[in-house]
Amino acid sequence: MSVVFEKPKSLTDAVLHYCPGCTHGIIHRLVAEVIDELGIEGDTIGVAPVGCAVMAYNYFTCDFVQAAHGRAPAVATGVKRSDPSKIVFTYQGDGDLAAIGTAETVHSAARRENITVIFVNNAIYGMTGGQMAPTTLPGQVTQTSPYGRDVNTVGYPVKVCELLSNVDGAAYIERVAVNNVKNIKNAKKAIKKAFQNQMEGKGFSLIEVVSTCPTNWGMTPEKALEWVDEKMIPYYPLGVYKDIYAEEEAK
Amino acid sequence: MSEKVLMKGNEAIAEAAIQAGCHHYFGYPITPQTEVAAYMAKRMPKIGGTFLQAESEVSAINMVIGVASTGKRVMTSSSSPGVSLKAEGISYLAGCDLPAVVVNVQRGGPGLGGIQPSQSDYFQSTKGGGHGDYRNIVLAPASVQEMASLTVKAFDLADKYSMVSMILADGTMGQMMEPVSLDIGEVKTYDKPWALTGTKCEREHNIVNSLYLKPEELEVKNFERYEKYKAIEENEVMYEEYLMDDAEVCVVAFGITSRVAKNAINEARANGVKVGMIRPITLWPFPKKVLADAADKCKAFICVEMNMGQMIEDVELAIRCKKPVYLCNRVGGMIPSPEEVLAKINEVNENGGAF
Amino acid sequence: MSKTCKLLFAGFGGQGILFAGKFLAYKGLIEDKQVSWLPSYGPEMRGGTANCSVIISDEPIGSPIVDAPDVLIAMNLPSLEKYENAVVSGGKIFVDSTLIDKKVERDDVDVYYIPATQMAYDNNIKTLANMIITGKVLKEVEGFSLDNVDAALKKVVSARKIELLGVNETALKSGYDYAE
Repeated sequence: MSVVFEKPKSLTDAVLHYCPGCTHGIIHRLVAEVIDELGIEGDTIGVAPVGCAVMAYNYFTCDFVQAAHGRAPAVATGVKRSDPSKIVFTYQGDGDLAAIGTAETVHSAARRENITVIFVNNAIYGMTGGQMAPTTLPGQVTQTSPYGRDVNTVGYPVKVCELLSNVDGAAYIERVAVNNVKNIKNAKKAIKKAFQNQMEGKGFSLIEVVSTCPTNWGMTPEKALEWVDEKMIPYYPLGVYKDIYAEEEAK
Repeated sequence: MSEKVLMKGNEAIAEAAIQAGCHHYFGYPITPQTEVAAYMAKRMPKIGGTFLQAESEVSAINMVIGVASTGKRVMTSSSSPGVSLKAEGISYLAGCDLPAVVVNVQRGGPGLGGIQPSQSDYFQSTKGGGHGDYRNIVLAPASVQEMASLTVKAFDLADKYSMVSMILADGTMGQMMEPVSLDIGEVKTYDKPWALTGTKCEREHNIVNSLYLKPEELEVKNFERYEKYKAIEENEVMYEEYLMDDAEVCVVAFGITSRVAKNAINEARANGVKVGMIRPITLWPFPKKVLADAADKCKAFICVEMNMGQMIEDVELAIRCKKPVYLCNRVGGMIPSPEEVLAKINEVNENGGAF
Repeated sequence: MSKTCKLLFAGFGGQGILFAGKFLAYKGLIEDKQVSWLPSYGPEMRGGTANCSVIISDEPIGSPIVDAPDVLIAMNLPSLEKYENAVVSGGKIFVDSTLIDKKVERDDVDVYYIPATQMAYDNNIKTLANMIITGKVLKEVEGFSLDNVDAALKKVVSARKIELLGVNETALKSGYDYAE
């Protein structure tokens, strides 16, 4: 009998704690497949965030360090500077990366730190039960924006890819989604490139993955996937925001 | 012994760290410790090490966590307001049982305070500073030579016990120059099987983590850590006794104030006053036993501190309040003069040990 | 020199106050003395007042802070006014008389007036008034001499400015030989 589908080698046997319908599982899998395909499992060190993915260290077979809220890029900087031969990635959510960790994000990009950042944007704080995130859409209802995000009082969402595309040091910035097969395939390509860039010493690569949170959005998983198309992607358009090497080649 | 050179205390810390095998340093400018960063910026590129000026103190301590998790020696330094910012990371280092050296060249506080020397971060350093139950090993140098030798010691203790060692200096110690020998002897290395070095697909993955969602597991972790702390309190206490053999009055002072106190004690001795000093070198573990013993012989204690009375609480606890403990202090960046300390010694000596 | 000599160099930033102090400390180190050097630090270093405490002793040094100097080197008026009364009775005060018109009012100290800044200007070594006045200190303070000047200068003049060794030595000697 031939095997047509199996768990990536770089994932452990631990059962994921994520809610039903959450897309973290897909993104974990994509990262693990890429690690497998690139053959870097034994040389990869992950940095876990604070948030829903805090226990990512239980799911990947590579070495892992768990960072304080928002500090993953700084911790990753230390790991990478300690041993540049290792492949170092962070896996962070929107509260972690785009609110409390904004400085670490921007400055690790500015330094062109040779790391890979997987940024999961689901427009909400999931782990703490559904509060307003830096990426919560205008008008979106959350526990701490119960009347909908009012941009006049709490300001506008932070568009991370657009922001980082203006940072000279950032090498590769792309936004992808995982709400349908086509998008998932693109997402994997982008994630793979972000790891390959690091292997080739090309510097800071960040992949923003537009994701879902059915539980805290108050939707069925299917509806949540639709909502990504209807609401998220129009505000957070997919695509390559920066690729300095492609730009150089084009010249 | 190697030739002595004149060095600032801050530079002595930096060079000693490099000699001790620290090839990764993350800092941020703040008076009066900036020379540490400047020295590292010059030296690290020449030895293939890392000097990185982080975007904040917070990032610097988290970069320290990154290097520490890979098992290599690493240091950061700052002064009081910057160390407050590092408190989060120090708590994580404690929770992950990671070794690292943190240097605090203290200045006056609270808030932005001033830039002149102070010892007002004693509580912050010895009692925690960040959240949770934990300790740092805290070493208090009183000369430029000790800035170097205790830095080497700090790296050794950090690795030996897998925890943070802190150098608690002050602006005077950081800025002054004295002759220093950098002949630090052999550097001991420790096995770190927990380090993140890549699994090479040959072992189970290592996880550096401070999260334990099951309270019974977190409790055990805390108990284990305190067993380690107990061993440190038994084995690693360091102090200096000065003219204590026949002392009736015992001065307790660390760092720069111990040097001021020495002048005053010499002067008092010349006038026939039986006074001596116990100088804690480790502020944690605190030299409780030698102080308790002194309480059986002396009639009173005087704590000379550049704060509103912080170490004095540990002295009172150590001697179980058997004898009165008086405070002789200046704050805000002011340094007590030998005359002020002498006056206090005379006053306490005359009034005896009456409560 | 008595067992312990406490010196206070004071002036404004840019006069080489810290450098002169460091030179004396290194000279002491070469001569197997205990030494300490403590600068003022902070914003005042950039153009404001600067001073440094230097202690040279046969015995271990307690406090490195010089509150009551045996020797005061004053290179501007505010420094003289601030520290004149701090000098111990029987101490010595060295005054750069080019920059300070005022005379020392105390009569229990020895005072030396050296037009160091003018001498530096005349000898085309404008930046070395500090070393000229230090030369006078070497002459007048018990225990100091021109011994080991060369070796000490080599320790404090940076390798990049090695050509300045000679002029520093000239400055020290001209101060040493200056007669009021």
